[in-house]
Amino acid sequence: MTNRHPPVGDFATDFDHTDPAWVADPYPIWDDLRQRCPVAHSDRYGGTWLPVTHDLVSEVAYDHEHFTSRAVVVSEWRPGPDDLPAPIGLSPPITSDPPFHGIARRMLLPAFTPTPTAALEPFTRELCRELLKATDGRTSFDAALEYAQHIPVRVIVRFLGFRQEDADMFRSIIRLVLEEVDLPVEEREERFTEVDAFMDAQIEDHVAHPRDDLTSFLLEAEIDGHKLPVELIRGTMVLLMIAGIDTTWSAICASLWHLARHPQDRRRLATEPALMDTAVEELLRAYAPVTMARLVAADFDFHGHPFKEGDWLLLPFPAANRDPAVFENPGQVQLDRARNRHAAFGLGRHRCLGSNLARMELRVALQEWLARYPDFELSDPAAVTWSAGQVRGPRTLPVTIRQNGS
Amino acid sequence: MTRATFRVHVDPGRCQGHNRCYSVSPDLFELDDLGMSSEVGPGLVPVGLVSQARLAVANCPEHAISLTELTEAELTEAPEVKAEVRP
Repeated sequence: MTNRHPPVGDFATDFDHTDPAWVADPYPIWDDLRQRCPVAHSDRYGGTWLPVTHDLVSEVAYDHEHFTSRAVVVSEWRPGPDDLPAPIGLSPPITSDPPFHGIARRMLLPAFTPTPTAALEPFTRELCRELLKATDGRTSFDAALEYAQHIPVRVIVRFLGFRQEDADMFRSIIRLVLEEVDLPVEEREERFTEVDAFMDAQIEDHVAHPRDDLTSFLLEAEIDGHKLPVELIRGTMVLLMIAGIDTTWSAICASLWHLARHPQDRRRLATEPALMDTAVEELLRAYAPVTMARLVAADFDFHGHPFKEGDWLLLPFPAANRDPAVFENPGQVQLDRARNRHAAFGLGRHRCLGSNLARMELRVALQEWLARYPDFELSDPAAVTWSAGQVRGPRTLPVTIRQNGS
Repeated sequence: MTRATFRVHVDPGRCQGHNRCYSVSPDLFELDDLGMSSEVGPGLVPVGLVSQARLAVANCPEHAISLTELTEAELTEAPEVKAEVRP
């Protein structure tokens, strides 16, 4: 984990989402802020706000007048006058505002409905089995590095139609973009240039050799009878790659982390397959990986707080999911929780495009893991490390296998 | 065969395509090409599916689904619907 900022004293007035305390366990911090604020402020990153109740998080998510999605990753960098302006943004449609947002999103939505998602399930299941087979005969290994992290990378690589050999490169790019948010501006820009070059090569290859994949789908897509400009295609591909990988990896890892520490839940899920649907939703609620962000679009008063144009706002859906005003015993994982209106995939127009894909990957990853390793535990709880930034999940997860299944 | 006593409705202005309702009750909801949900036909809920309909309401993150009891007049007009309950 990177830590280039001074430690936080009071999270209500000086929070930092890369602070070691936040990274290790943000839930008590949000619980405390929910009582005290519930909108915290920090001068870090040039000024950042943090609402922590479900009500306030929803309010911001639905408000496209006072907030823009032009930038959604809080860092020392902000979009400048030369960058693609609102309403399009650098990586549409996540960085787009209405009305362009709706146009870009409608173009992508058909590729992410349950039907195309189901078509990727056999590949995903086979991949999980293959990864587990590679752990054959070992009683301890890292479930994050040897299992979970490979699943979403290789699924999205297949979906976009890149070579499976590129999967390792993908992972390093993502870590730089999402986790190293406190890097100096120049260094971050250099990283983004590398990502663009990689994407351009993929686009050229697909222009020369069109095929049945998401990249060719984007190259052939039209808005009002016009093909999309290459920078828009590139931005969208970067978005799909980044948004689809770290997030799902985090959800799979956090779920395995929970099961490793709760023998009763582990046994129940391994022996009651019908529980899987509510269990997946509950694990998504309790360990929602993604905190979104907005930029304040214009000066205005937000519940007594003087929001200024250009201020960052962190939109912590994981904190909304732990709000006792909406969820009974929010800190407790109940695998059979039947009424679960969680916001792990966001709320409103920017609802995660890949939610069907992520759910499928999480379900299949847990089913295959439990079929092979119904009983396992953490090798060393202190050795588990968590990502810093807006996507939260274990990055190392050493486990010890206690019982082999099939 | 049984008469419906409830009607379910998805507000298209609120639905964002989370697909939770479709997942909880594929008999009551259907998805369009963009993955947006709507009730099947007139949204009449067979008695055997009322609990599924309630679950769909309680799992919609956008509060897009409403479940209303049919009025006396609607009850007498409501056609019989097949009460299919999935195992």
